[in-house]
Amino acid sequence: MNEKNKKVLSDKCTGLKPSGIRKFFDIVSEMKDAISLGVGEPDFDTPWHIRDEGIYSLEKGRTFYTSNSGLKELKMEIASYMKRTQNIYYDYNQEIFITVGGSEAIDLTFRAMINEGDEVLIPQPSYVSYEPCAILADAVPVIINLKEENEFRLKPEELEAAITDRSKILVLPFPNNPTGSIMTREDLKAIADIVIKHDLYVLSDEIYGELTYEGRHTSIASLPGMKERTIVVNGFSKAYAMTGWRLGYACGPKEIIGQMIKIHQYAIMCAPTTSQYAAVEALRNGDDDVSMMRESYNERRRFVVYTLRSMGLSCFEPKGAFYVFPCIREFGMSSEEFATRLLQEEKVAIVPGTAFGDSGEGFLRISYAYSLDNLKKALTRLEKFVNRLRRNREEQI
Amino acid sequence: MNALDERILAIIEKNSRVGIKELAVLLGTNEEEVINSMERLENNGIICGYHTMIDWEKTGIEKVTALIEVRVTPQRGKGFDEIAERIYKYPEVNSVYLISGGYDLMVTLEGKTLREVSSFVTNKLSTLDTVIGTTTHFILKKYKDHGTIMNKKHEDQREIVTA
Repeated sequence: MNEKNKKVLSDKCTGLKPSGIRKFFDIVSEMKDAISLGVGEPDFDTPWHIRDEGIYSLEKGRTFYTSNSGLKELKMEIASYMKRTQNIYYDYNQEIFITVGGSEAIDLTFRAMINEGDEVLIPQPSYVSYEPCAILADAVPVIINLKEENEFRLKPEELEAAITDRSKILVLPFPNNPTGSIMTREDLKAIADIVIKHDLYVLSDEIYGELTYEGRHTSIASLPGMKERTIVVNGFSKAYAMTGWRLGYACGPKEIIGQMIKIHQYAIMCAPTTSQYAAVEALRNGDDDVSMMRESYNERRRFVVYTLRSMGLSCFEPKGAFYVFPCIREFGMSSEEFATRLLQEEKVAIVPGTAFGDSGEGFLRISYAYSLDNLKKALTRLEKFVNRLRRNREEQI
Repeated sequence: MNALDERILAIIEKNSRVGIKELAVLLGTNEEEVINSMERLENNGIICGYHTMIDWEKTGIEKVTALIEVRVTPQRGKGFDEIAERIYKYPEVNSVYLISGGYDLMVTLEGKTLREVSSFVTNKLSTLDTVIGTTTHFILKKYKDHGTIMNKKHEDQREIVTA
C-alpha cells in the first residue's frame, strides 16, 4: 500500500509524549471498584435552566451552523461578562470568538501566532495540553518549573531567567490545574512588567477563574498595556459544570483572533449550536449557580486541606480551581509509584503530580469535585495507606 | 443573622447530621463560633428541629397523605389565626399554610388509611364553625420532597480519571 520510503505517521505526532493521565487511566480502569479523586471536571450536573435552553433550542429546530465565530448573542454576553467582571472592553464582533472548549482556543493561539522555532514559556505543573499543542505548532516549549515554596505561583525572577531572544508567548495557567494555585493582582503586575519589557504575548488560561476562593479572579488582560498582548482563554466547562457541551472562547487583539477564526473555520466550522444557545442562558441567568457551586467547592476545599494536614501530609492552601496538591516526598518514592500502590492497596485513584510535568514529582493531585461522603471515604483510605507506609519505615529503622 | 449563620443553615438544611467540628472545618471557622451560632439560631426559633426524611412507601408501613384545601370565614380581629390554630392542634395534621388564591388554608394530613383521613375531614375539619368548605386531594406518589428526588440514586457518570 505504501511505498517503503513513505512513512505512515508524522514524526511530530509520534514524537509527542503520551499523556501521563492516559497512562494512569489505563491502570485505573482495570480496577472496577476503586474510589476516584482523579477527575478534572465538576461533579454537578449542568444547572437545569441551562440544559432546558439547550433542549428548547433543539425543539425550535436550531440545528444549523452558527457563524464561524459563534452566535452574536453569545459573543455579546461574553463581552458584557468581561466588562462587568474584569472591566475590560472587548469588541464582540472582532475580539471574541467561540471555540470547542478552552482546549481549542489554546491550540489555535499557538497555531495562529507561532513561527517555527519561536519559544513558548510554559510554567509547570500545569494542564497537559500546552506543551504538545506548542510542539504541534512548531514552537519550542520552554518549561518553567514552579516551586512549592512559592505556592506554585510564577515568580518574576523565574520568568526573567527563562526568557531568550526567541521567547514569544507566555502561558499563564491560573487558577491552576493541578496545584490550585492562583496569581493575585500584585503577582500579575510583576509578570506584566516583564512581559511588556520583553515584548511577549500571554496566553492566559482562565478556565478556573470563577473558582477563586479568596477575593475575585484578576485577568492579566485587565492590567495597563496588557489587553493588546493577551489572549484570554475561558469557557463554560468549570464555572457552569458544562464539560460535555464542549464550549469555550477566546478574547484578544483582533489581528490574532482573526487568524484564529480562519483556522477554526477550516478545521471546525463552528462550535456546537445547541451548546451556544445553552451558554447564552448560562451567562444571562447563571450567576447564582456559579456562586452556589463555588461555595460548595470552597467547603470541600477546606475539608480536604484540613484532613490532609491532620494526617501529617504537607500541602499549601490552594485558593482556586478544585484541586489540592499535597507533598508525598517523605515516603521516598516517586509520585507514580505512590499513586499506583495506593490504587492497588487501598483502591483509591489519585493522579500523580508528574502527569502535569516533571516538577509535579513528589506531589499528588487530589480533586475535590466529589461529594463529601466520597471525599471522606477516599481520604480515610489514604490515611490508612500513609500510616502503613510510616509504620513500615519505622520498622525498617 | 450573619454570613456564618446563613452558611450553617444552608448546610444543615440539607444534612442535619453534619457535626459541630465538621461545620467548623467546612466553613473555615472554629467550633466555638459554630456552637454560638447554632445556639442563637435555636433560641430564636430559626432552627425549629432536626428531622429525618423517610420514604415510608419503601417500608411497607401503610400511610396516607392528603392535601386539603380549606375555605374559611375569617374572624373579626383575629383573621385566620384562630381557625388555623384549631386545625394545627390536631396531631395528625402535618402542616397548615395560609394561602393566597382560590382558598384560604392548605392543610396536609397524615393518616394510616383513607378512611382515617376522610373521617378526620368529615367529622373534625368540616364541622368547625368557620369552615365553609374543603377539597381533599390524596397524594398518590411522591416524586420530590424537600428538594430531594425520591427513588433516584445519584450515579457518577464521569470518567474515572481525567486531566
